[in-house]
Amino acid sequence: MFEIFGIPSQALFGQLLIGLINGSFYALLSLGLAVIFGMLNIINFTHGAQYMMGAFAAYLLLQHTGIGYWPALIVAPILVGITGMIVERTMLQWLYKLDHLYGLLLTFGLALIIEGVARNYYGSAGLPYTVPESLQGGRNLGFMFLPNYRAWVVVASLTICLGTWFVIERTRLGANLRAATENPTLVRAFGINVPRMITLTYGFGVALAAFAGVMAAPIYNVSPQMGAELIIVVFAVVVIGGMGSILGAIITGFGLGVIEGLTKVFFPEASNTVIFVIMAIVLLVRPAGLFGRRA
Amino acid sequence: MKRFLGTAALAVVLAAGTAQAQQVTVKIGVLSDMSSLYADIGGPGSVASAKMAIADFAAKNKDIKVELVSGDHQNKPDIGSQIANQWADVDKVDLIIDTPNSGVALAVSQVVATKNKLFIVSGAAASDLTGPKCNANTIHWTYDTWMLANGTGKALVKTGGDSWFFLTADYAFGHALERDTMAVVEKNGGKVLGKVRHPLNTNDFSSFLLQAQASKAKVIGLANAGGDTINSIKQAAEFGIVKGGQSLAGLLVFSSDVNALGLQTAQGLVLTETWYWDANDINRAWTKRWQTERGAAGKFPTMIHAGVYSGITHYLKAVAALKSAADGKAVAAKMKEMPTDDPLFGKGTVRADGRKIHDAYLFEVKKPAESKYPGDFYKLRATIPAAEAFRPLKEGNCPLVGS
Amino acid sequence: MERLVDPTIRAESAWRANSEKIAFAVMVAALIVAPFFAYPLFLMQALCFALFACAFNVLIGYVGLLSFGHALYFGWASYLAAHAAKVWGFTPELAILTGTFAAAALGLVAGSLAIRRQGIYFAMVTLALAQMMYFVALQAKFTGGEDGIQAVPRGKLFGLIDLTNVMTMYVVVVVIFLAGFVFIYRIIHSPFGEVLKAIRENEARAISLGYKTDRYKLLAFVLSATLAGVAGSTKAIVFQIASLTDVYWTMSGEVVLMTLVGGLGTIFGPVAGAFIIIAMQNYLNDLDQWVLVIQGVIFVACVLLFRRGIVGEIAHLLRIKL
Repeated sequence: MFEIFGIPSQALFGQLLIGLINGSFYALLSLGLAVIFGMLNIINFTHGAQYMMGAFAAYLLLQHTGIGYWPALIVAPILVGITGMIVERTMLQWLYKLDHLYGLLLTFGLALIIEGVARNYYGSAGLPYTVPESLQGGRNLGFMFLPNYRAWVVVASLTICLGTWFVIERTRLGANLRAATENPTLVRAFGINVPRMITLTYGFGVALAAFAGVMAAPIYNVSPQMGAELIIVVFAVVVIGGMGSILGAIITGFGLGVIEGLTKVFFPEASNTVIFVIMAIVLLVRPAGLFGRRA
Repeated sequence: MKRFLGTAALAVVLAAGTAQAQQVTVKIGVLSDMSSLYADIGGPGSVASAKMAIADFAAKNKDIKVELVSGDHQNKPDIGSQIANQWADVDKVDLIIDTPNSGVALAVSQVVATKNKLFIVSGAAASDLTGPKCNANTIHWTYDTWMLANGTGKALVKTGGDSWFFLTADYAFGHALERDTMAVVEKNGGKVLGKVRHPLNTNDFSSFLLQAQASKAKVIGLANAGGDTINSIKQAAEFGIVKGGQSLAGLLVFSSDVNALGLQTAQGLVLTETWYWDANDINRAWTKRWQTERGAAGKFPTMIHAGVYSGITHYLKAVAALKSAADGKAVAAKMKEMPTDDPLFGKGTVRADGRKIHDAYLFEVKKPAESKYPGDFYKLRATIPAAEAFRPLKEGNCPLVGS
Repeated sequence: MERLVDPTIRAESAWRANSEKIAFAVMVAALIVAPFFAYPLFLMQALCFALFACAFNVLIGYVGLLSFGHALYFGWASYLAAHAAKVWGFTPELAILTGTFAAAALGLVAGSLAIRRQGIYFAMVTLALAQMMYFVALQAKFTGGEDGIQAVPRGKLFGLIDLTNVMTMYVVVVVIFLAGFVFIYRIIHSPFGEVLKAIRENEARAISLGYKTDRYKLLAFVLSATLAGVAGSTKAIVFQIASLTDVYWTMSGEVVLMTLVGGLGTIFGPVAGAFIIIAMQNYLNDLDQWVLVIQGVIFVACVLLFRRGIVGEIAHLLRIKL
């Protein structure tokens, strides 16, 4: 066994793997933000609250209908996605012609409402949600104990992320989407219902956040404030990666998760500031972000 | 017109005169966290407790009129001190009670000292409130950090948990909790194998837990609070830490947190409290009433809620004895002079430094199979007698205590 | 162009032209009588936030930059002022200056990073930087973590005037607020202010006219941060406490809300907004648990229904400038 900077290599591998798990959440959330931004040109501040709604939906489904983790993984994102679409139809759509900042302010206000309502009805201590039976326990990898659930998180989020990337960059549907972003009028002329496309895109982005929320429910505290701080970190991730590219959002998400994981070993005191520091450096060196196009 | 005015003024004087002769008016303010992190351990539940204490008192004492107000400090010391100031200056509040969050409690305790009101702390943990920062207008009721560290630390070391690893929230409060517990562990012959400091509000504890696991310590002490504690316990279960033979010791965990975690996750956790709803018939009956008053059948009162009830009960007795609530220092002195006796905490005393003394209990969270009904959280592992539960008077460095 | 007009119309247009001066006079008069009717501590709190919101409004209202991290300057200034007054034993005016300089320095660093991106990115960068400094404040020794810096002495102004008297303190706060307010008014109506507005309307055109817009933006940013610092430092001295509340992101959100409610880009809007929001927090005690929801609803309502804000709508109805 060799050591790197005084840390046994075994521990280091363990931390790398764990970093990847954290990165899964950053990747899923920043992907959702990027998808929404690409189509609607707004930054969805409600994203953190929608992530929380996903986790709450999983809890409520279990409590009131007995629907367990696996079905919830599909049902909860759909339900939350629908609420997202309602929000888009009733509120967001009136803002497209205005300064983008209004979209940010509106979604910020919505985030406050959702968090406040959740606090009033469910308190703030949190709600119980356990790891599904089939994924309990874990395996010893020699250098660390890897809970099965963590392995599942990485696999599932990688699949979802790459799937989304594939649909948007490599299929006919994705081509339409991208075209609609570039020139909505022209795309409409081809007989494509652009407003509906926007609504569905927003719903999908929101569903991604809710999906991340369901994934988080068994391992993180399910509480009304679970999304509020996370979303700020994800914003920094998005600034680092630049929102121009789907793949960029995914890679940055996973990458920063790993960096943050390593910081927890070498310099734990800085582990919640490291992403912001990286953001500052990236702004100095490459203002448009790692994968961004200069606006 | 003039005559009318004269009579009216006279009537007012008369009313005031009779009121003074027969009735003392007391105003109590529940200052708590109504909407965020600590709303479940204090918050609306504390208001319910206060109402019950007042109702029970009013049933026997008709000549004292008690009014109740409540305020939300939002866990912000500046807002807490603003409300306290306003209550003292404008609303004429005589007693402020509860106040989870030590930062807010310290701020409020300064306000009551300058305005000569009274402050009974049930919700906050900082033992400094009866230590270097004590004052003659503040009484610390339910529990404190020293008592938690001592209760959990000592009892665990004595029952074999003699090697420790700390998971500490990296700010003043976490450091204090870690320091106090370490001292207790080492004093009782235990060893501290290591510690790791995590930032406040950390989402993912897995890397810290891996370090804790690798340390092979018998006990992992969680010197953190709120969401951080819940997250670390949840993830410890995932990494099989308790199943692997290590115990988790929560240094600031409440029954509401256990409820939030669920027994499946929290089982085996060891913690100290001074009151448990399911300990005896009196507590159970009180809990039923509390649930009705609170309007939440599924919630269970915490020791903080019980402390609010007990604190107000004793306070009102002191006010009744003095027939006035105006002078905060005098009421505090009376409360220290009179022995305490109430259904929830039994007989006890309030010490010169403002510390309320009673028994504490070391609990272990039950396995899901052992739990027979909702709220059946704990089994008792040890009782820490009142005389040993709290920091000895002389060690606190409270200026009120003459050397 | 001289035209014959009805004298009443002339009077009316004179009223229109002087609407800002009249409103200013009304505001000063209101501040003089207010402490006899309202709780002075409440007024001082509202005034600190009013100055904070005015400072924030310099950026959003006149340069079109939405900073979502203004708590950084407000909060850190209050920490530095509190520390200076309590630990170093500075007199209040020196403590406030210390806090203000700290805010200016932070504004320079954060501003030079943030102006490298535009629009939404700018908002996210400022938010992220503020969050970073929140964590620093949480862990730094001198800030006292969750407890904050408590029992800050108010001290004696210039070593002479005792500020423990509430009314004396109130007068000082009013003077600071009015000075800041007038200063902002002068900036906005200076040639510098005109360039800022040109950048807001069309940055590319301002660049093509030969203006180094980045420098203007940075200067505006630093000014805004500095004034936010004045507000934060003053608040620390008045309330004798500096705490995490003032550096947390919710505080950044609140100042946005105050300005939005009052009216973005109006002179008096932020003041009105601050008074409304602070009054709401102070006097709607029964709605404690719903404060967050109410704030959210106000945000949504403002964005969807009256983007001009209260003062903006009034000005629009009366066709005057406020």
